Amino acid sequence: MNIAVCVKQIPDPATPYELDSENHWIVRPNDQVLDDTDRFGIEVALQLAEASEGTVTLFSMGPSGSLKGIRQALAMGADKAVLIDDDTLKGSDALATARILSAAIAAEGFDIVIAGTESTDGFTGAVPQMMSEILDVPCLSFARKVDLVDEGVAIERQTASGYEVVTASLPALLAVTAGVVEPRYPTFKGIMQAKSKPVDTKTAADLGVEINVEQTVAAVTNVEARQAGTIVEDAGEAFLEIVSFLKDRKVI
Amino acid sequence: MTIWVFAEEQLGSPTDGSLELLAKARSLGDVSVFYVGAGSDDIWATLGDHGAAKVHHLDPVDALPSAGAAAALGSLLESDSATVVLFGSGNTDRDVAGRLAARLSAPLVGGALDVALDDGVTVISEILGGTKSITTKVRNDTVAVIVTRPKAFESEPIGGGTPELAAVSMPDTGRSSAVISERHVEEREGPALEEASVVVSGGRGLGSADGFDMMRELAGLLEGAVGGSRAVVDAGWVPYSYQVGQTGKTVKPEVYIACGISGAMQHVVGMKGSASIIAINKDPDAPIFAIADLGIVGDVHKVVPQLIEALKNQ
Repeated sequence: MNIAVCVKQIPDPATPYELDSENHWIVRPNDQVLDDTDRFGIEVALQLAEASEGTVTLFSMGPSGSLKGIRQALAMGADKAVLIDDDTLKGSDALATARILSAAIAAEGFDIVIAGTESTDGFTGAVPQMMSEILDVPCLSFARKVDLVDEGVAIERQTASGYEVVTASLPALLAVTAGVVEPRYPTFKGIMQAKSKPVDTKTAADLGVEINVEQTVAAVTNVEARQAGTIVEDAGEAFLEIVSFLKDRKVI
Repeated sequence: MTIWVFAEEQLGSPTDGSLELLAKARSLGDVSVFYVGAGSDDIWATLGDHGAAKVHHLDPVDALPSAGAAAALGSLLESDSATVVLFGSGNTDRDVAGRLAARLSAPLVGGALDVALDDGVTVISEILGGTKSITTKVRNDTVAVIVTRPKAFESEPIGGGTPELAAVSMPDTGRSSAVISERHVEEREGPALEEASVVVSGGRGLGSADGFDMMRELAGLLEGAVGGSRAVVDAGWVPYSYQVGQTGKTVKPEVYIACGISGAMQHVVGMKGSASIIAINKDPDAPIFAIADLGIVGDVHKVVPQLIEALKNQ
């Protein structure tokens, strides 16, 4: 079984993000890390591959930089990576990203595509759904449990009031939530092997995809931040501050 | 001009999110709703009461609606030469919006807090954990697909009449089809997280899943709901339905009590609209203190039990 996993290298979330003043794009350092939420999709892929003697290929779009994030994903056990690194794609919106990733995945062939629900540095959360439409496969989204079944694949899909069991035949796309599985930590051997695993770099032209600008950022402003209030060091009676705060607001 | 709104049924009613969208949509033009669910006369009356002039009704029965809804809605939008279609942040909203945008090659803007129609479509959204506000202009030769943040608008009935009803049949979705074979409702005690006037939320600082016992007890005493950060959901201490943040729920209670939560960007975006915030954390440098009205630098395992005792004695 061929399993494609979409992953993203993002600036370390522990450092504040900056936007460049001209285009309002996130400033991306050379060293970018694997988006933590991608670990869940990679783990699902590895488990499915282990159950089906399959291959796990990572797909990512963005500047290669040091490839730190991609190597982190390979170290978990993925077999290889395809990276679309193309300056003309800078500032791409969700649809452009979905077109590029879909074209790259279709070119390699796939049975299952796995993505996270949304990236940590982005704010659209629409790429997996768009890819499903482009690839003409079911979008098994918000998956909190994934099982291979006779018909193909079954998931527990998170809903506002609980969950539903959704079944589809393959090929299919799975968009998984954090917590779907416990991601494994890379072993020392995995980290060493990741250094020599194949990373294929492509451009939009290689994939035959042309991207149009759909939307432009007109302005970016700082949102007025909430102000810090009273800070109390607990010396045993700070709970009384909470009680009076709740009384003031007539909660109790 | 017709403003299109996507609405989904949950437990026999339109979602709160769909009614919030109607409030915005009717301020922009005449409202057509694309409704996915079983539907009923009461539901049509509710949609009309919130400003829907026309309702296009698709009942997917046991099919996963996203592919079929995107195809059917896409045809309707094209034949109407529509300018804008509004979606909420529900999971089906997001599934249909994404498929629809790809299908129509239409621009999609996410995280929207406001929408204006001028010479095109202008969308205001917040990014990077709500620290930056971004104004996006969308090219105006096609429909703009706008996905809004929860509670961006306030729902309000206006006493509208029964809307015109049009049945939409489920298109053949071929190899994009999927079937819903079971539906489960997970009961939770007390008020719903999004509606509670007090939210007691726990983070990694609780140390283990057992730490949520005192969160539940405190929430019970305050008639509130229990929430959690992404870290504790990832760790499996509480289900995903408890998650407050960018990838979880957005809450705006009267009081939000953050216990052992550091205040990562992804969490803050889901709770910074709270009327007031209390934070309890051991680390005096935790970013949560920068937005808390009352910050207690201390051990949650001491402060919370003391608070619970004090509330019991009230």
